[in-house]
Amino acid sequence: MENYANNYVVVAIFIALGILLPVVALTVGRLLRPNKPTNPKQTTYESGNEPVGEGQVRFNIRYYLFALMFVIFDVETVFLYPWAVAYNKLGLFVLVEMFVFAAMLLVGLLYAWKKKVLKWNSV
Amino acid sequence: MPPWLNEPLTWGGALVLFLWAVVFLFIVLGFVTYAIYFERKVIGWMQLRVGPNRVGPFGLFQTVADIFKLLVKEDTIPRKADRLLFILAPALAYIPAFSVLAVLPYTQNLYFADLNVGLLYYVALSGISTLAIVLGGWASNNKYALLGGMRSAAQMISYEVPLVISVVGVILLSGSLNLRDIVAAQDGGWFWNWNFLPQIIGFVVFIIAAVSELNRTPFDLPEAESELVAGYHVEYSGFRFAFFMLSEYVYVYAIAALTTVLFLGGWHAPAPFLDFVPGIVWFLLKFAVIVFFLFWIRATFPRIRVDQLMGLGWKVLLPVSLLNVFLTAVYLELFIK
Repeated sequence: MENYANNYVVVAIFIALGILLPVVALTVGRLLRPNKPTNPKQTTYESGNEPVGEGQVRFNIRYYLFALMFVIFDVETVFLYPWAVAYNKLGLFVLVEMFVFAAMLLVGLLYAWKKKVLKWNSV
Repeated sequence: MPPWLNEPLTWGGALVLFLWAVVFLFIVLGFVTYAIYFERKVIGWMQLRVGPNRVGPFGLFQTVADIFKLLVKEDTIPRKADRLLFILAPALAYIPAFSVLAVLPYTQNLYFADLNVGLLYYVALSGISTLAIVLGGWASNNKYALLGGMRSAAQMISYEVPLVISVVGVILLSGSLNLRDIVAAQDGGWFWNWNFLPQIIGFVVFIIAAVSELNRTPFDLPEAESELVAGYHVEYSGFRFAFFMLSEYVYVYAIAALTTVLFLGGWHAPAPFLDFVPGIVWFLLKFAVIVFFLFWIRATFPRIRVDQLMGLGWKVLLPVSLLNVFLTAVYLELFIK
């Protein structure tokens, strides 16, 4: 059990190092780099032209639909992982059960397919 | 590092672990430095150019010079940008990229953390990077950055689903999420015991989805220079930009190591009579082959169109990866049990 907790100490050390490197590197960088902000430098970049309109423009609604699809199938993977780990200890029944579950989600995918959600047209 | 892991942890032990992790961090940074050099050289040769050859012998210090240049470059934050999120995004991209490396085993005795949910930890943390890219694109308050960030998010979530489903077959075969157990399950002496042959469908889906998750050619639409300037990091300069690039290459390291562990038998030798070669050599060889493969396809394939990208992810890879899961399960049911 002691062993088990120690592994998470290692994970915590890695995450701490992951936070530390950007902090240290950017702090050291601050001491080294010049800082002479001028107005043109701080304008939004638009290939050299004066920026037109707002930066946060409206974007295609399609991204939202993909996000919805992602949520559905990501939840499926959450169920698939423990199922796969325990599969050898379980019987044929769980295979059928998981098949029914996946089939129901596949019906959803086919519906989205039919509704042309997966077709990318640039509007 | 096993000896410390089996004892109750003291502050001294934790310090030693921390120092090992720092050493490892520098190894990874060294890998990134020379992976970039190697990539430029290899692609140069493939395109009948010389590649970097000015800074140091054979241009070996080219990337080092590039990093120092980025470090002393002025850091501009656009006036219209959301300062806090703009500063947060590069760090958020890097933290999960480095954290996932904690669970990767290199040999039987050389590993950092031996989690029984190792694979789940990997896929869960690597998903966070998508957030950083959307955040960077949004906080820049720039049209190109926003569109690049959105594209990138759509691409990454579309390919994350086949990626995580394609490894379910491997979990089924080994009955564990622990990466060391997964390697141990591939120990048959010969290379056909490795997962890439029994799981050939899963392997192909995994490689395609992994290249897409890395945002590399032919799936580098988020950074399509010719249409989106540079995508989500167009407003970033200096070391903040470097952190986006760094996390991309750290993911190259992570994916190459993960592919080796999951599909190529980790540290096992391809044939029993080659067992005298240490496991770490086999691991590094397989690792290097995958890294080279990633550079090779970058030099070979043109970028695909965004409509082809989404179609491939949802209409081909997702059904195929699900099919693979059930084929594996039925096979286990019929022949193994």
